[in-house]
This record gives sequence, structure tokens and C-alpha cells, in this order.
Amino acid sequence: MLLPFFEWCETVWLGRVVVGSLWLFPVIEAVHLLALSVLGGAILIVDLRMLGFGLQRQSIRSIARQARPFLIGAIVGLIATGIPLFLSEPTKCYYNNAFWVKMTALAAALLYTFTIRATAIAAASDEPGTPVRETARQMVAGALSIALWVTVAAAGRWIGFS
Amino acid sequence: MSLLAFCEWLAATEGCTTLRESLFLYPLVESSHVLFLLLFVGMTVIWDLRLLGVVLTDVPVTEMADRVLPWVRAGFVVMVITGVLLVYAIPVRTYQSVWFRAKAIFLILAFVNIWYFHRKVLPNAATWDRDARLPWVARRAGLASIVLWALIIVAGRFIAYNWYDCDIQPQPAFVNWFAGCVAPPNQ
Repeated sequence: MLLPFFEWCETVWLGRVVVGSLWLFPVIEAVHLLALSVLGGAILIVDLRMLGFGLQRQSIRSIARQARPFLIGAIVGLIATGIPLFLSEPTKCYYNNAFWVKMTALAAALLYTFTIRATAIAAASDEPGTPVRETARQMVAGALSIALWVTVAAAGRWIGFS
Repeated sequence: MSLLAFCEWLAATEGCTTLRESLFLYPLVESSHVLFLLLFVGMTVIWDLRLLGVVLTDVPVTEMADRVLPWVRAGFVVMVITGVLLVYAIPVRTYQSVWFRAKAIFLILAFVNIWYFHRKVLPNAATWDRDARLPWVARRAGLASIVLWALIIVAGRFIAYNWYDCDIQPQPAFVNWFAGCVAPPNQ
């Protein structure tokens, strides 16, 4: 059902430009990895805190608020580089299981991060200087976040192997 | 024994063949190397951005060092283990890769930066620990670290591409010199 759409993607100029260049794909891929690293920092500094590790003396909300611009920036960078990478080989992606695992996990991770995780963070206490012990809810929210994003990254890497 | 001879000896070992030809082992090690970027470089970037006064400016630098750097180190241990295995799987080609050699140089520079920071800068943190805007020596260390790790990631990713491989000739003289390409015996 989606195959015609993927085949149409083959004709998009951006993908053709990437295919026609020796350097473009590797360079975009490398920037994709740089954005992935920033995402890792922006996610983990908060998730580890929710699990009771890392910056224990700081409030979860304060860390999350300051990490947020980097989280958004990393996601924008990942999508902006991910689209040309995809457009360079859409039909190959269509027949690639890892691609579908990644896209499903990505949708879940984005939805989760900006709904359930954001709510769990907002519910955390934010009194400056008085670190509050993380609740079970926050710990689960942090662990799930790590699990989801690691799945996205791992499946993403696996696209190249299959 | 030269390094090249050592790499050739490594290439002949059974473990090397097993790792390189394994359907799952090599991708697994490679994926772990990429996944731990999230932890290792991710936490490094947060730490560097704090030094630059861009994020978590309300957290004392010494608290960041105590609470964040152990995660950086843990991530680094995995990067080293998986990285060594990746070299071990393809030793000769990696040794003669311009990208691998560039990465090695950037790694050395990154370590000099870390060593200098911990030796000369961090011990004086008491006077500026809680400042949002740190002295230039500290900001400089953060900036150098971000730039170097970015270069390390890019060079590392490019090792996979064979543009400048020794067995693809002719190459520019600089490439043959920098990659340490050896002319075949009969030529």
C-alpha cells in the first residue's frame, strides 16, 4: 500500500542529489551522528537524574528545562539529516525491517517524550536547593525514555547492515 | 616488529577472522560503538557546554565533575573496548586508513586537553566554581573538547569509506604518505 509512495520518493530531487554525490551521503550521515550525540546528552542528563543518578542535587525540572533546547535542536538536526539519507534509498528502506522498527520506535519515542515523560517531569518538585527523592513514576519514566531512544538508535544503525 | 607487521600478524589470528566474518558479532560490536556515543559523547557535550556557560549554569563545576564525569568515563571504557575490537577485526586496512590516523591524532589532542584541564584548570575551580561564566582557560577547554570529539566522530565514521584506501591507486602523494601505503614488492 505504501510502496507507491516510497517509489515516488525515489524521484524527489534531494535524494537524487545525494545519490549523485560521492561525499554527500557520508557527510550527512556524520552530521546525523553528531546530532545523535547531542540527543544522547540532552536525554540522558535528565533520564539518569530521574533514575536517581547523575545530578542528584539538582531538581529534575530545572535540568529538563535547561536540556530542552538541546533536545529539540538535536531532534530537528536528526530529522533534517535523516530525510535526505532516506530519500537517497527509499525503496531499499521499504524492504528493510530495521527501517520499520526504527520509524515505529521513533514515533513512540517522540510521542512518549513530549507527553508522558514531559508530564512526569512537570509533576516533579522544583524547590531550589532542596533535592527531592525521585518517585517510582519518575524512575519508570526515565528508564522507558532510555529504552525507547536506544531502540531508535540501534535500529537506525541496523538499517545499514541489512 | 613494525606496526604494519604487527597488524598483519593480528589479521592472521583466528579471533580476527571469526570477528570479521561473524554475521552478528561485528555488527553488534559496531552498533555498541555507535550506541555508546549517546552516553559518552552525549555526557561529554553536556559537560563541555557547562564549561562554556551555555547549559546548567546554576550547577557548580565541581558538582558536574563529581556527578557527570563518572558517566563519561564509563561510556569511554565501552568505547575503548568496542573500538579495539573494531580495529582487531580489520587491522591492516584500519592501520593504513587516513581517517583512522586522523582520528588517532584528534584523540591524542583530546587527551592533552583533558590532561591539561584536570592538571592545571580544575584544581583552581574554587574561585569560579559557581560562576555561570567561567574563566577563558575553562571555556577554552570546553570548546576544544566539543570540536575535537566532533572531528573524532566524523573521522571515525569515514573509516568505513574506501576513497583513500591504499589498494585503490593512484592516490595523491600526501594520502600514500599519511596512510603509510607500502608499494607492492614487485613495483
